[in-house]
Amino acid sequence: MSHPENATVFLKDKARAKWHDETLWIVREKRDATIHQIPEWEKLRELASQIKDHTLSKLDFYLEELERNATANGIKVHWAENAEEHNQIIGRILREKNCKTIVKSKSILTEECHLNPYLAERGVEVVDTDLGERIIQFLKQPPSHIVMPAIHLKKSDISDIFHEKLNTEKGNVDPVYLTHAARLHLREKFLQAKVAITGVNFAVAETGEFVVCTNEGNADMGVHLADTHIACMGIEKLIPRRKDLGVFLRLLARSATGQSITNYNSHFRSPSPGKELHLILVNNGRTKQLGREKFRNSLKCIRCGACMNTCPIYRRSGGFSYGSTVPGPIGSILSPGIDLKKYSTLPFASTLCGSCSDVCPVKINIHEQLYEWRQEITKANGSSLKGLSMKMANGIFKSPLAYRISGQLMRASLKNLPDSIIYNPLNAWGKGRNLPDLPEESFKAWYKKNRP
Amino acid sequence: MNNHSPHIGLFIPCYIDQFYPNVAIATLELLEKLGCKVTYPLGQTCCGQPMANSGFEADTLGTTSKFIRDFAGFDYIVAPSGSCVLHVKEHSPKVDKLHKNQAYVQSRIYELSEFITDVLKVDSIQGSFPHKIGFHASCHGLRGLRLASDSERNEPAFNKTLQLMRELQGMEVVELTRKDECCGFGGTFAVSEEAISVQMGKDRIADHLDKGVEIIVGGDMSCLMHMQGIATRDKNKVQLMHFAEILNQAIS
Repeated sequence: MSHPENATVFLKDKARAKWHDETLWIVREKRDATIHQIPEWEKLRELASQIKDHTLSKLDFYLEELERNATANGIKVHWAENAEEHNQIIGRILREKNCKTIVKSKSILTEECHLNPYLAERGVEVVDTDLGERIIQFLKQPPSHIVMPAIHLKKSDISDIFHEKLNTEKGNVDPVYLTHAARLHLREKFLQAKVAITGVNFAVAETGEFVVCTNEGNADMGVHLADTHIACMGIEKLIPRRKDLGVFLRLLARSATGQSITNYNSHFRSPSPGKELHLILVNNGRTKQLGREKFRNSLKCIRCGACMNTCPIYRRSGGFSYGSTVPGPIGSILSPGIDLKKYSTLPFASTLCGSCSDVCPVKINIHEQLYEWRQEITKANGSSLKGLSMKMANGIFKSPLAYRISGQLMRASLKNLPDSIIYNPLNAWGKGRNLPDLPEESFKAWYKKNRP
Repeated sequence: MNNHSPHIGLFIPCYIDQFYPNVAIATLELLEKLGCKVTYPLGQTCCGQPMANSGFEADTLGTTSKFIRDFAGFDYIVAPSGSCVLHVKEHSPKVDKLHKNQAYVQSRIYELSEFITDVLKVDSIQGSFPHKIGFHASCHGLRGLRLASDSERNEPAFNKTLQLMRELQGMEVVELTRKDECCGFGGTFAVSEEAISVQMGKDRIADHLDKGVEIIVGGDMSCLMHMQGIATRDKNKVQLMHFAEILNQAIS
């Protein structure tokens, strides 16, 4: 289904849609409050943007530096050209370790690669250990948000799921009670797993280390109990130096949730004695995006989710309405690069209000790229009915006479049409809106009379 | 009017010409009262934004060339619309044959309140407007032309349009809960994403109504047309006005 169709369905449950909008707006307000405590906020954004621009301009150089330094630290580095290769590498490690149960902390990259179904088919139980991720895993749903994957669910929904899956008391919606139940359940899984998978928030080329940011400490819990740690990262998650990290850690949590810092920012540099540490560098279309000049800087994204929280369309249509791994404004500029046809309605799911670009901590010009994707999509679609009407419009606006006649005709016909036709449900403007009252004459006509 | 007053080409967006002539008249009269020589080039049509935002920028070369030819001869080009001005400045396709004139037009085009504050250097307009108003910042004016500070960035607060209105006697400007959320118009978005568009408009109006606003004031008639359409349908009594009408009434 297209975005408008999904959004229409989402908005049918008015109370829930309002709740969703308000919940995400609260996150946006928390973000606003915290960034105003940082007088140099705009300078930080600019600095982060420049560091990322620089890194992307020398991505090959820094990736090789990372590989060299990580390898010297004892990390086993793998390169995956696409999702399939990424999954195969993980599958191979698990076979070698004869591992049938793994714990995973949140990683949007593994969602993008569809790792969970790949491993499930091969008899491996994957347990997502981020609380929100675990909740949606029970429901067999994808995340609806990249930072708050279960943000579409209410406390009462979670109570029902836990009652069914974890035998909690029916109707108990106390967050402390529910979290405690999840904690006991996950503790068992942590103790069983021999392999732990995590994502990567930042990899530092200079030191060959990587950093994982979580609020629940679940990445650390999984990694420290397991014998093998596999970390998966998109090749854009790179920064040149450790001293650059401070810039991004200050921006990330503030933009994501309004916290001043994520609770756990764990550095992984080399394996503990007797253990293994793997790092998989995944391309999966990223170099293609790097080659698209107008869309290149979408790779600066640090996955904070701020553009989703601020987006008036995301808040009123939910993450699933986008049908892509990464929803919201950033998803709408990343996804068409993956499949232009499948995601062709996403760049149009925006008023181009620009709020996404102004909250973006690394200054991605998201709304301008939405505009540019629209141009690409109409070019790729060739001639269409809408295209024809736009060409006709250009024909009208090119010629003052044609414009005047069509304007007069429009005003005359709108006056004479019965309301039943204007406000027909098939007419999208008139469904929920009236048309303006029509003036006697256009400004042009007035001007000719009054300023001869 | 003195001899040194700049000669302004008045750019009236197509839907204002057709639907809101009073806003165009107010803009013209206001500029004249402020000492400007104003001409409305009669051949003008549209800036091409509706087509370009729908993904047909390449098809607007003819419209864009026409716009450049109509306006290249003026000292300044002024329009009562942030959205259309932003389009001309940033999104109209490059016309190679007219590149010098296009660059000139793009550097000389101003939204009305921006022109009055930044070029005419008028600090504020004196007069009276005894009403409780809410200000609707249109996104293209706000985040595109930076006519005001927005809630996303950490920057000193300013608002060029409200600055002009701040000394009007009796006028009260309410503080909105979401001070600069989009109204949901978005050009063809209003039709292609009808459900969200209308919901956004309803939410925006509700924020104003909750604060007891009599008149929602803005600088883009497209936003106001959308919200007026919803308010009328929902039988809300709130009025919507372009700030040009208020300033023009206030100083007459």
